Amino acid sequence: MKHATAIIIGAGHAGLAMSRALTCRSVDHVVLERGGPGHAWRTERWDSLHMITPNWANGLPGAPYKGPDRDSYMSATAFADSLELYAKTIAAPVRGGVTVTRLTREAQGFRIETDQGPYSAETVVNATGATRLPRVPALSGDIPPGILQITTDRYRNPAALPPGDVLVVGASASGVQIARELQLSGRQVILAVGGHLRLPRRYRGRDIDHWLDVCGISDERAGEIEDLSRARRVPSAQLHGASAVDLNALQALGVEITGRLSALRDGRALFSGGLESLTSSADLKMNRTLQRIDDWIAAMAEPGRITAPDRPEPTVLGTTPRLSLELSGSLRTVVWATGYTADHRWMDMPLFDARGRLRHDGGICPVQGLYVLGLPILRRRRSHQISGAAADTHDLSIHIERHLDACRAA
Amino acid sequence: MTLNTETSQKNGVNVQALLDARAALEAAPDAAQFTWRAACEWIDGVHSRSTIEGFFGLGEEQSHRQGFSIDADHPPQFAAEDMGPTPVEIVLSALASCLTAGVASVAENRGIKLRSVRAMLEGDMDIAGILGIDADVRNGFKAVRVTFDIDADASSEDIAALVAQAQKRSAVFDILTNPTAVQVTVV
Repeated sequence: MKHATAIIIGAGHAGLAMSRALTCRSVDHVVLERGGPGHAWRTERWDSLHMITPNWANGLPGAPYKGPDRDSYMSATAFADSLELYAKTIAAPVRGGVTVTRLTREAQGFRIETDQGPYSAETVVNATGATRLPRVPALSGDIPPGILQITTDRYRNPAALPPGDVLVVGASASGVQIARELQLSGRQVILAVGGHLRLPRRYRGRDIDHWLDVCGISDERAGEIEDLSRARRVPSAQLHGASAVDLNALQALGVEITGRLSALRDGRALFSGGLESLTSSADLKMNRTLQRIDDWIAAMAEPGRITAPDRPEPTVLGTTPRLSLELSGSLRTVVWATGYTADHRWMDMPLFDARGRLRHDGGICPVQGLYVLGLPILRRRRSHQISGAAADTHDLSIHIERHLDACRAA
Repeated sequence: MTLNTETSQKNGVNVQALLDARAALEAAPDAAQFTWRAACEWIDGVHSRSTIEGFFGLGEEQSHRQGFSIDADHPPQFAAEDMGPTPVEIVLSALASCLTAGVASVAENRGIKLRSVRAMLEGDMDIAGILGIDADVRNGFKAVRVTFDIDADASSEDIAALVAQAQKRSAVFDILTNPTAVQVTVV
């Protein structure tokens, strides 16, 4: 059986950042990766996908962005390339093409079953992330067989879909981006909108990420956030490179907006009539965030040097949203942009609460020596973002070193 | 256990008890399963009387402090005696009461003192549906509008946020905006 002191599972940005942190602390380790660095960015996302955060925000520990386009948004493929380069630069000991199938606790640490044979380790870091599997509502089973159903990890581009109208379910980052691209390709898109997070791409002359960064919002600690379990379930913001993808912008392109998909009945999809409560709630929350930014700017030495507040227009629903849609005729495709979930089924240990959610305290699991990275608000608001890896891996690598010292002293 | 005294409440909602219940039920999901009931007796014409007494919840049968009754009838324009509001007006009243209870609770939780809360509700209906004149017209409301007029120690943004949160947590708002499976049987 192969052995390493530490095993990191997943060579995405978080796993690689942890590899660098462990190398700095001289902790012998390997990184097990089912594909290569940045596998999901290459193989499980659509062709046109670009990063939601500007290039300057996507630096990794020891490798800040140094290219010429600090303020633009690199493609997912370019980001995967940068991860590959990063892995080489930091000499990360990545074992590619190794799929972990089971993790168990042993007397002297952990046993990691893989499709390439077992490994053992004293400590394990799960860096497989929060977006491993697409989440699809149970009612998808009742969609008529003539309609193509596709999740966002399998969707590639408009041309790969059958001709005809498309129902996109979900209006977070993935849903609004795909709805925009399909509508621009000449199709009629109907977008079913549930709870969503609206933010402008730019505010007061700067990228929204700049403000979230400098005002300290992205660095808020998990313990400072009210109703943490709800905050951890907030979906990704309606952002897309430099283009506006809020509901006003999508309607201007011709996308038809309707409420949350709530049932299928008699060959029809039924939508909630409560959409307006969700859009006004999203506007309120957006304005609350923008107010925090305004307050921060107002407290600065020379607030006058910053562009005046340019609050986005309130969301306007052009026509009364439809309440039902015939699942036949011109509708040929349903895109499920209903979110992703982590996959922790392979961790065969008592780690989960009654609802099946992984229990952890800032990434420290209730089984000693086991850590998790990259989950929403793991330790800070930015934990699941690219920029969250630096501080989280720093903190947890200290904990790992102490754990290993304690193991050896025992 | 510390009890919230009456004086610390701004709007008379015992939010602490609700928050305690929420924490307790999170750990005991079975106790959160409730069944609400109403019984209805035909009186005469289109006049009927519903009575509401018991319900199931917290793992056992429960009862109201007293039974309640609600009469429903139709106005003379529907050739009836007008002995009570129409059922659809009772639905509007249920929505209003549910949202208003939400506003009061959320305000209490956020430390906002309410001076007055008034909700005005309208539901549009084309009665060609219920009269069977036009099969393409639905029986129910085409649209429902709720207008709140709230006087409170809070900014207009905070009041808007109260109303938004009240909708988010409202049972009747959900009942009206989302489909519900309804089974009707005859014994």
